[in-house]
Amino acid sequence: MPVNQDYEGRTFPATEPYEVSRVKIADFAEAIGDPSPVYRDRDAAVSAGYPDVIAPPTFPIVVTMVASAKTIADPGLGINYAMVVHGEQRFEYARPLRAGDVVTAQSTIEAIKSVGRNTMLTTRTEVRTVAGEPVCTAYSIIVERGAP
Amino acid sequence: MTAQVKYADVEVGTELPPASFPVTRLSLVKYCGASGDFNVIHWNERIAKSVGLPDVIAHGMFTMAQVGRYVTDWAGDPGALTSFGVRFSAPVVVPDTDGFVTVDVTGTVEEKLDGNQVAVAITARSGEAKVLTRARAVVRLP
Repeated sequence: MPVNQDYEGRTFPATEPYEVSRVKIADFAEAIGDPSPVYRDRDAAVSAGYPDVIAPPTFPIVVTMVASAKTIADPGLGINYAMVVHGEQRFEYARPLRAGDVVTAQSTIEAIKSVGRNTMLTTRTEVRTVAGEPVCTAYSIIVERGAP
Repeated sequence: MTAQVKYADVEVGTELPPASFPVTRLSLVKYCGASGDFNVIHWNERIAKSVGLPDVIAHGMFTMAQVGRYVTDWAGDPGALTSFGVRFSAPVVVPDTDGFVTVDVTGTVEEKLDGNQVAVAITARSGEAKVLTRARAVVRLP
């Protein structure tokens, strides 16, 4: 099924609020193998000038993936997830995400392009606190590999 | 803790010390759980091969996380990044062995920007493969 070009420019509803927890941050830091105390120990984070433990730079993907997965899974878009690979990723940070933040993520499909048999989907996802403070913007390109 | 590298001490062309990060099947299983990305190509060799991949591959975001750590370790402040982007040009292939593969990372300061920020150009390889291209991080230094 071809990817539906009509989805270009579409903004999806924001995700349900996600509460960033110290435990989840520590778990993520462990999984990526980063031993920094600023991801685990509130006192270390405070000494480094943060109000609480902060999350590693790629942690926002935990929040943004829920939003972008919702767009990719939209049956009207016509993407086959098994054939999807991650093409590009970029974050622009207003500040690090930190424990206690309650955030939502809202995705917009910026572009849908066909390149040979592949389809490239560019999404922009805004991560904001529920109070409206911008935390970061994630830009993602996923590639649906076409059947050979 | 304060950042160890000072803006005034950094020049265009300053090289970051190279570093290698190990990756095993266990790393990917842990990353699946921590990130919530359970795409089968990161843990099921049979399905990975059936969709044309050489073997199980690492999450691109796992590789990106290693590179993020590389830059924040250098800067001395995990919260110093203001911008961070990569293109995933080849997969990090993680075979079922008792050993590990590595992601080998280098970085060079390519630009000094306003607001005490510097842009670092990064390369990342695994074996012979260049796994990232256009990898660039902007960090704010004291």
